[in-house]
Amino acid sequence: MSAIDAGIVPQPKPESLAPSFYSGKQTLRGWLFTRDHKRIAILYTLSVTLFFFLGGAAAAMIRYDLIVPSGELPTEVYNKAFTFHGVVMVWFFLLPSIPVTLGNFLLPIMIGAKDLAFPRINLFSWYLFVGGGAFVVAALWAGGVDTGWTFYTPYSTMFSNTNVYLAIIGVFVTGFSTIFTGLNFIVTTHTMRTPGMTWMRLPLFVWGLYAVSLVMVLATPVLAMTLALVGLERVVGVGVFDPSLGGDPLLFQHLFWFYSHPAVYMMILPAMGLASEIISCFANRRVFGYKFMVYSMLAIAVIGFMVWGHHMFVSGMSVYAVMVFSLLSFLVAVPSAIKIFNWTATLRKGDIRFTAPMLYALGFVGLFLLGGLTGLFLAAPALDEFLHDTYFVIAHFHYVMVGGSVMAYLGGIHFWWPKVTGRMYSERLAKFAAILMFVGFNVTFFPQYLLGYRGMPRRYHSYLPQFQELNVISTGGAVLLAISYTLPVLYLLWSLKYGKKAPHNPWDARGLEWQTSSPPPKENFLHPPVPREAYAYDKPAP
Amino acid sequence: MNAAIADTPLEEGRRAHLEEQFDEPEQQHSAASLGMWIFLATEMLFFGVLFTSYTVLRVLYPAGFAEASRHTDLLLGAGETAALLTSSITIVIALRAIKLDQRGVATSFLLLTAALGTGFLVIHGFEYHSEWEEHLVPGIRFLQFGPHAHAVELFYCLSYLLTGWHSIHLIIAVSVVLVLAARVWRGAFGPDHFTTLELAALYWHLVDIIWMFIFPLLYLIGRAPG
Repeated sequence: MSAIDAGIVPQPKPESLAPSFYSGKQTLRGWLFTRDHKRIAILYTLSVTLFFFLGGAAAAMIRYDLIVPSGELPTEVYNKAFTFHGVVMVWFFLLPSIPVTLGNFLLPIMIGAKDLAFPRINLFSWYLFVGGGAFVVAALWAGGVDTGWTFYTPYSTMFSNTNVYLAIIGVFVTGFSTIFTGLNFIVTTHTMRTPGMTWMRLPLFVWGLYAVSLVMVLATPVLAMTLALVGLERVVGVGVFDPSLGGDPLLFQHLFWFYSHPAVYMMILPAMGLASEIISCFANRRVFGYKFMVYSMLAIAVIGFMVWGHHMFVSGMSVYAVMVFSLLSFLVAVPSAIKIFNWTATLRKGDIRFTAPMLYALGFVGLFLLGGLTGLFLAAPALDEFLHDTYFVIAHFHYVMVGGSVMAYLGGIHFWWPKVTGRMYSERLAKFAAILMFVGFNVTFFPQYLLGYRGMPRRYHSYLPQFQELNVISTGGAVLLAISYTLPVLYLLWSLKYGKKAPHNPWDARGLEWQTSSPPPKENFLHPPVPREAYAYDKPAP
Repeated sequence: MNAAIADTPLEEGRRAHLEEQFDEPEQQHSAASLGMWIFLATEMLFFGVLFTSYTVLRVLYPAGFAEASRHTDLLLGAGETAALLTSSITIVIALRAIKLDQRGVATSFLLLTAALGTGFLVIHGFEYHSEWEEHLVPGIRFLQFGPHAHAVELFYCLSYLLTGWHSIHLIIAVSVVLVLAARVWRGAFGPDHFTTLELAALYWHLVDIIWMFIFPLLYLIGRAPG
């Protein structure tokens, strides 16, 4: 296989090879007290990956339980498994994953800056993240939590005898990590752009990070305070949500979803940015409708704040509130549809290279499309009444978050792997893993749409016998999925030692990050980079 | 051109405080203030949860909230408000003094600011004490009778959440101002280097402004006859 077939464009070495950011202090101190955004990104990658496999282990328990209708596990164990899966995956993997790893590494480089605006706060955020994670692991160690990741009152405040405090403290602390990351990214995007890097020249990944940071900063405090109220209600009986005092348990749901629905957009917005970068590069075309892409991301961030009520159609809201929330939920689908349209339009007449990152990105578009469309089913109150709290909902949000976000995240990891590590991975294995992931994902989650449609409720450890066939298929798919998630860990680690050395721009891409060496020097650029229009694929690379 | 600017001692001083990730002192200053403003926005949302809860429960139990509101001590509340409002002026005077390189004035006004903040906390401590005596502390020591007893307890839940969370902020703010007063006295700041002080003042104003909302909600609007 020639280099061109593998998607690698041969090119001369960059004129001066600076010592990379790895060549600084190699001591543990040099890493744990670093202020270099690239090193912090690597610390984050390690911790996020650890949490991904912890949450994945809990998912494996869930799928194992559901092989037989009576359930393989005791009820409490099952309840704790899905709670742990939800808490870890939402707050310790999906929400942070793309911003704190790829975002942290790439944001300053993409805008031509030396670092984030607040490097110390960046490091502090990582410690908060790890600290919060420690609390959640401690909750598991102490026996687990059984409230579900949503901590609904009054179950979480009055009835659950599990380690709700520890889990809440963990999420609370990690919330501050999210807030500070968002704050850092917003300020960096506003003040650190190199001269000539105008707003409309920013790569769409930067726009995605900017939009997600706005949501992080404005939504997370609400969650933190709400969970603090739950904790205080458990400790001292401060009863804002306590029905025996006349408090309002439904208020908890409103506050929780005011955060948690935007949180879904926190997971998908940076993924959209990544997909735009990858698709544009491997279609060798400018992103179609750049401005529409930007404004649709901002629109998603804004409208995303006004749709939380669609989680509560059957919780007891006024009919008029249901109508308004339903309408707004349909509205938020418009900018998402614009993005899908623009990605396909970017591919049209493109000179497409089916590299591994491209396969991941295309997988993202397909799965996100299916997840988004089924979201419309759930936004319709009449249908939602029927599908609420069934496996249809589970399938819907896994298509968006796992099919969408995780595919895009892995696409991004592969795309920038040569830049971050300076090594090329095995393209053949990577393509295999990408295809296996797409297949495994659909085999796991498509049956869940059918299960939900036929009425299988979520969060039960047992089910009616007629659902067994589809559940067994789903568990079989989960095995494929597990293999496809483990493979990249193996061949990517392998590439660190045995992979070919990466040139500074292996994909013939256009962003500023491809102008510096792979891996970049500590100060990112030896000479200030000269930004041009974004995605100038119709012009030769500088 | 640049060299000419850098020749002035003011510009030299500003460059001496430039962190490595920035190119220009203006950039560093605008990054710091934007960061602070965003942080203040997140603070508003923290309190927003409590204000929302207050609104929802007040709509549910208007009579109970009105009754509870009459238990609050208007005189002490007004005193706290006066202390806090004044402190926002004194911190601005301190900031202006440091821009004019008047270290002594700046230090004394920072100390005055901290004193006013502490005064607020002390008065509030008296209020907490009398509420403890009157069995008005929800969850821990609460004993009220009458048709609205539960609503009164909910009111006091929110009262304690709002004033407690606000007091934590004020304690942090007072500590920050005291540390800054010491640093100003030792000459850590000057006309070329005052961003930290400016950020502290912004934070102080936020703590003040939040109280401007808490005070009427808890002490005033329930008191109207009827």
